[in-house]
Amino acid sequence: MTNTWQDIKNANVVLVMGGNAAEAHPCGFKWVIEAKIENKAKLVVVDPRFTRTASVADVYAPIRPGTDIAFLSGVMRYLLENYAIQHAYVKAYTNASLIVKEGYGFEDGLFTGYNEEKRSYDKSSWDYELDEQGYAKSDDTWQHPRCVINLLKQHVARYTPELVSRICGTPQDKYLEICKIFASTAAPDKALTSLFALGWTQHSVGAQNIRAMAMVQLLLGNIGVAGGGMNALRGHSNIQGLTDVGLMSNLMPGYMTIPKDSDVTLDKYLETKQFKPLRPGQTSYWQNYRKFFVSFQKALYGDAAKAENNWAYDWLPKLDVDGYDVLRAFERMDNGQMNGYICQGFNPMQAFPDRGKIRRSLSKLKYLVVIDPLDTETANFWQDYGPQNPSKPAEIQTEVFQLPTTCFAEEDGSLVNSARWLQWHWKAADAPGEAKPDLWIMAGLYHRLKSMYAKDGGAFPDPILNLSWSYADPAEPQPAELAREMNGRALVDIKDDTGAVVLKAGQQLDGFAQLRDDGTTMSGCWIFAGCWTEKGNQMARRDASDPRDAGIAPNWAWAWPANRRILYNRASADLDGKAWNPHKPVIQWNGSKWVGFDVPDYGPTVKPQDGVGPFIMNQEGQGRLFARGLMVEGPFPEHYEPFESPAENVLHPKVKSNPAARVFPNDRKAMGTAQDFPYVGTTYRLTEHFHYWTKHSLINAILQPEEFVEIGEALAKEKGIEQGGWVKVSSKRGQVICKAFVTKRIKPLMVDGKPTHVIGCPIHWGFTGVARKGYGANTLTPFVGDANTNTPEFKAFLLNIEKTSAPPAVDVAQGPRDAQGVPKSLTKVGSL
Amino acid sequence: MADLQSQDYIRRSATNLTPPSARHHELEVAKLIDVSRCIGCKACQSACMEWNNLRPEMEEFQGAYENPHDLNPGTWTLMRFAEYEDEQGNLEWLIRKDGCMHCEDPGCLKACPAPGAIVQYANGIVDFISENCIGCGYCVKGCPFNIPRISAQDHKSYKCTLCSDRVGVGLEPACVKTCPTGAIMFGSKDDMKDWAGERIAELKERGFQNAGLYDPPEVGGTHVMYVLHHADKPSLYSGLPDKPHISALVGAWKGFLKPVALAGLAFAAVGAFVHSIVSGPNETTEADEAHARLEMEKAKRSGGNGAKGEGSATS
Amino acid sequence: MSYPKGTIVRNSTLTRVNHWITGLCFVLLTLSGLAMFHPVFFWLSNLFGSGQWMRALHPWLGVCLIVSFLGLFIQFWRDNLWNRDDVEWAKSLDKVLDNREEEVPPVGRFNAGQKVVFWGMALIIPVLFVTGILIWEVYFGEATSIETQRVAVLIHSMGAIGAILIWITHVYAALWVKGSMRAMLHGWVTPGWAHRHHRKWFRSLVASGSPGPTSDSTAKFRD
Ligand SMILES: Nc1nc2c(c(=O)[nH]1)N[C@H]1C(S)=C(S)[C@@H](COP(=O)(O)OP(=O)(O)OC[C@H]3O[C@@H](n4cnc5c(=O)[nH]c(N)nc54)[C@H](O)[C@@H]3O)O[C@H]1N2
Ligand SMILES: Nc1nc2c(c(=O)[nH]1)N[C@H]1C(S)=C(S)[C@@H](COP(=O)(O)OP(=O)(O)OC[C@H]3O[C@@H](n4cnc5c(=O)[nH]c(N)nc54)[C@H](O)[C@@H]3O)O[C@H]1N2
Ligand code: HEM
Ligand code: HEM
Ligand code: SF4
Ligand code: SF4
Ligand code: SF4
Ligand code: SF4
Ligand SMILES: [Mo]
Repeated sequence: MTNTWQDIKNANVVLVMGGNAAEAHPCGFKWVIEAKIENKAKLVVVDPRFTRTASVADVYAPIRPGTDIAFLSGVMRYLLENYAIQHAYVKAYTNASLIVKEGYGFEDGLFTGYNEEKRSYDKSSWDYELDEQGYAKSDDTWQHPRCVINLLKQHVARYTPELVSRICGTPQDKYLEICKIFASTAAPDKALTSLFALGWTQHSVGAQNIRAMAMVQLLLGNIGVAGGGMNALRGHSNIQGLTDVGLMSNLMPGYMTIPKDSDVTLDKYLETKQFKPLRPGQTSYWQNYRKFFVSFQKALYGDAAKAENNWAYDWLPKLDVDGYDVLRAFERMDNGQMNGYICQGFNPMQAFPDRGKIRRSLSKLKYLVVIDPLDTETANFWQDYGPQNPSKPAEIQTEVFQLPTTCFAEEDGSLVNSARWLQWHWKAADAPGEAKPDLWIMAGLYHRLKSMYAKDGGAFPDPILNLSWSYADPAEPQPAELAREMNGRALVDIKDDTGAVVLKAGQQLDGFAQLRDDGTTMSGCWIFAGCWTEKGNQMARRDASDPRDAGIAPNWAWAWPANRRILYNRASADLDGKAWNPHKPVIQWNGSKWVGFDVPDYGPTVKPQDGVGPFIMNQEGQGRLFARGLMVEGPFPEHYEPFESPAENVLHPKVKSNPAARVFPNDRKAMGTAQDFPYVGTTYRLTEHFHYWTKHSLINAILQPEEFVEIGEALAKEKGIEQGGWVKVSSKRGQVICKAFVTKRIKPLMVDGKPTHVIGCPIHWGFTGVARKGYGANTLTPFVGDANTNTPEFKAFLLNIEKTSAPPAVDVAQGPRDAQGVPKSLTKVGSL
Repeated sequence: MADLQSQDYIRRSATNLTPPSARHHELEVAKLIDVSRCIGCKACQSACMEWNNLRPEMEEFQGAYENPHDLNPGTWTLMRFAEYEDEQGNLEWLIRKDGCMHCEDPGCLKACPAPGAIVQYANGIVDFISENCIGCGYCVKGCPFNIPRISAQDHKSYKCTLCSDRVGVGLEPACVKTCPTGAIMFGSKDDMKDWAGERIAELKERGFQNAGLYDPPEVGGTHVMYVLHHADKPSLYSGLPDKPHISALVGAWKGFLKPVALAGLAFAAVGAFVHSIVSGPNETTEADEAHARLEMEKAKRSGGNGAKGEGSATS
Repeated sequence: MSYPKGTIVRNSTLTRVNHWITGLCFVLLTLSGLAMFHPVFFWLSNLFGSGQWMRALHPWLGVCLIVSFLGLFIQFWRDNLWNRDDVEWAKSLDKVLDNREEEVPPVGRFNAGQKVVFWGMALIIPVLFVTGILIWEVYFGEATSIETQRVAVLIHSMGAIGAILIWITHVYAALWVKGSMRAMLHGWVTPGWAHRHHRKWFRSLVASGSPGPTSDSTAKFRD
């Protein structure tokens, strides 16, 4: 989230598109209700299904899964055509005026530089025209044909309301009504907040979906202001923390990236990181990259990271591919290139696409370690549970180790929420049975590995042997110790410009501004610097007061960066530093400094007249309508059909789907056609369950006991399917037999003149737990991901559905199990 | 004095005695369910299970989000989902939290034959006191909202208590505390009505011309009220009664029939007594025996069988 | 079973046993029913152990009642068929009540009053049974709509009151007409009793030489 949960209440329009906030984020959704009641906000929902969010919406419009870019491009066209943009904002705070290089172009669905063989682009033409000093040229009059705003106009001109409706199936009147509501927030004192999640991310064009909306928000002047923003409602309670500390296969803590093979030296690596400003006088905060990086290396390797060894740069792993995302990992497993797997807090048998492939891949492993509080499908993939898990145990050699862990309520720690708040929590109960904290388990693995390297040497023991491990109990580091380490501390006395000591050696840092690139500071995650200072654990603060009722409670927990609640908040004020919306100021210039409710996302004494842009992380200092080379499939979003789609791409039939998305050959073979699978499938969660583990909890199981799919009345009639009757739902990859929920909430969409039916598949059921046994929606889903992030395309694929009879009524709830929890019908093979 | 709480009773089932009156300084409470804010998340439903230690049976999926499918002895509140399309074809998903309405004039209490099995506290809460319940199911017949459910295990009647145990110590009901959107509010009935008024004004502004408060006067008002967008048609919300009232049949049964019947029985008993005093027993006299003997002799003489009199003596 | 010499058998052993089972069921049903019917009688529930026990027993007693009453019905229905004598008898009800039975036209085995009791019970008990089943929560609570149950419980309680009124009459009559109790307890009446109250029945016995309805078909009228 650029803004915070509480800030939603300041919105005039709340858009929930690409998510289902009421069901997936019911607690945060209170702020939407608050906005409606206290701010008379309008709630707009765009979703293939009429969801529980839609049930409290003012306007709802259906959309065909996977077509949001067409919709949002149409919105941009509408805004530009009707001059419904916040001009002053767009002009000053976005790159609308910057001039794009000659050579850049877009034709028939492809941007310049495409290489069909590699399925990737040479992006060199996707950039600005630079002047002699290396600054981007600009034309504030917007006359230049290649200034960004004109290219954008040109790009979105094709998305007429007719075309949008033809692609998305959204009725034109609803679409235009929504355009109008969007447009109403172009006024400087009006804001729209965009709440989204997987409905946008889980597509082969996921990242561009979000870009499209971010561009809409920039045009409307809704970024950085109260009640505005791009608000990704994150998933797991700590998934924000996961990305923050770099648990992605291409990331390091604080959104630094893992070096590539080609980054042979530290300098080579840093070359591309220390972004030089592209406009005069811009902050371009990533210029400090080296400080963050060196401090991280000091946290990792302590004294072993020295100037002499380039801060142990060589000990970091280097990527030979873009990233070892989970899709690639399972592909490698399937190909026999990966034969051990430590699976911690993850249930890929349920969570990942093409379950058949996942099962097959796990079967090829030598060993699988599952670190989990529960008995998951993944840990039991080898057992024959009948149609819901047709394994042949006798043929599987994988050795499975299950290590039971504690879960959040059984340990202290912090969780980062969507609003970037680090919130400390305290242990509430002892762990049952043999469960051990994850930290204990990981420390144990580390010590064993280390002693093996120490004893046996090995090809490259240094990165392990030199790790710094200074915890009171080396066998079990405490969460508080780790938190302090993430924050970072001074390694020598730190002096300010006047020579006065600001921090003594060993003291906790106050913030990342104190980080040094000379090895005198350490910090495990630079953006977290400030969370545990000499004043104590800032994450444990529990003062909920919101002094000016602005939706900002600065003393509740701690938000990264620097306890800032609204990112880019400089953009909430006009060029003179006055709030665009005087009723809801965030920060303002008081003549000598920036003051307000929030911590300024800006140099606190930088004068408004200096022309420093509010988007301080960007080299231009501006929000990007044109993304330059940062996205793999183009600087502007373009509508591409999902990989499995019933419709042609009416814009450019030859380039149907995302041309830069990676598809493994075997997975392409497992893609179906509309002939065999005529209906659009989408998957999602229900409010009653959390993924695949609440089915172990009786209350949740009672509230939603059994697997089902949702279909519209028209399709049900066509197929003779009764309410609550049994159906067989199939894709090229597998089939699910479950019950049907025939509902008025899904209607056929008229796509390119053809009625298109959507089948909704909730994801929650599997073959373990107390709820009734199910197949899991991922039996059906395709193995392809977003071109930038490789988030699987769970939200749009092809299905068929047939009425079927009830399966034989065997142990619907839970198969008979012996004392070890193994179904009685099975003989135990392999070892646990 | 029984326990302290019993001094708060203002009504007690099957009891003609007036409940105690000293502790009367009690505010009437109400739970206000703002249907227009409810997102059907069922947090309230699970909180109710948690607080009251209820674990109803896990059922099957039957083609609706309602689970379990109906109120039952372990489900005191249930989210009901109605897909409603108006004349213009606009779809609305009307989600309502179902459960006891805590009627001011509770039909359940009226119908209950067991003294003290149903009580109403001065704050308006209608509570079932299980140890007095005999499991007859009359409350089911008495309730205009189809709320109470009899357990097949212990044959006692169950329903929402409005968390009388929490309210009694100054806490809000568990479902209220849990509701993430503030769709359930709790406080004095007056406050709730005021707040509802604001909500209704806001809904009207948004175009819900018929928005209104559901506090049906037919049962004297309720201590659980709804803000409805379509207050003109409560039945759209999964059959919330348009005009709930204690059935006339129940009224007759528990009303006039009782005194009339008692009078009738008393009249019969007294009548019989009076008759026995006035007329005395009807005794067979010696004369009757003599007549009988005479006739028997006669018959013997005339030669036994054959001449049948009227009336049969077959058996 | 032997009866004193010179007496007439009025109710066979089977009949008597049957009757008293019916009577007992009825009394228990009345006690339990009234306990539920009105708070003033709720204390009667203690006779059954507790309210719960009472509620549970009542319908089962009802089942017993309908079975045993069916037995009575089979045995008595013919003798309770309505005929012209009954009209005449009824016309002289004032004399009956005044104990001047000698002035009342003779009747067969049962008089109009008894027949009213009989048919009254024969009508109401099945009604109570059917409505009782409908409101039998434990087994049939879910089987019918609540509205049906409301009708049923109303009819049930009205029926019960009706039946109790009839029963009061019946019991009072049994006490009032001396010798009746013996007829139902021990089975026999004196010829004078029969002559006084059921002359036509008496005469038919005399004419047929039968001693009355005994289980022994060969028995003869003895004096
Ligand atoms: N109750 C509950 N809450 C959860 C979770 C849970 O499992 N249960 N999981 C958490 C996690 S990890 C996450 S990531 C979040 C996810 O939160 P959400 O993204 O909100 O959840 P989803 O249900 O996956 O999908 C949201 C909606 O996207 C719609 N949709 C599908 N395709 C499209 C499309 O092409 N365009 C548009 N506009 N909409 C589309 C679906 O119909 C669905 O209603 O939820 C979190 N919260
Ligand atoms: N088709 C389809 N598939 C999807 C999605 C979709 O929308 N559609 N959504 C995707 C998304 S967004 C997500 S986030 C994934 C979720 O997929 P997963 O993350 O695999 O789902 P969970 O069931 O939350 O699994 C987490 C596991 O962590 C365990 N766990 C909990 N606490 C701890 C702990 O403290 N330590 C350890 N070691 N383990 C713990 C739980 O017991 C559980 O087994 O599913 C993805 N899959
Ligand atoms: C013939 C079969 C009968 C059945 C199956 C039956 C069943 C029932 C049932 C189920 C009830 C509700 C309470 C409970 O569950 O115990 C009830 C109530 C009652 N029964 Fe019966 N019953 C029968 C006969 C009778 C008879 C013969 C009488 C008395 C003459 C009687 C009098 C009552 C009364 C007074 C009530 C209470 C009604 C009220 O509260 O208003 N019942 N009966
Ligand atoms: C519990 C108290 C009862 C008493 C003291 C009682 C007493 C008597 C007596 C003394 C008779 C003999 C009358 C005669 O021979 O002319 C009689 C007959 C009879 N009783 Fe009862 N009775 C009782 C209950 C009942 C009940 C509950 C029923 C039916 C539901 C019943 C049905 C009959 C019938 C059918 C006869 C035969 C006469 C007739 O058909 O009217 N009695 N009873
Ligand atoms: S809703 Fe029904 S159970 Fe609740 S108080 Fe009213 S009558 Fe009684
Ligand atoms: S079942 Fe209902 S009416 Fe009967 S005693 Fe219990 S609470 Fe009272
Ligand atoms: S008030 Fe208490 S008992 Fe009633 S529904 Fe809410 S939580 Fe359940
Ligand atoms: S907790 Fe609140 S929002 Fe959720 S279902 Fe209950 S009343 Fe509705
Ligand atoms: Mo997620």
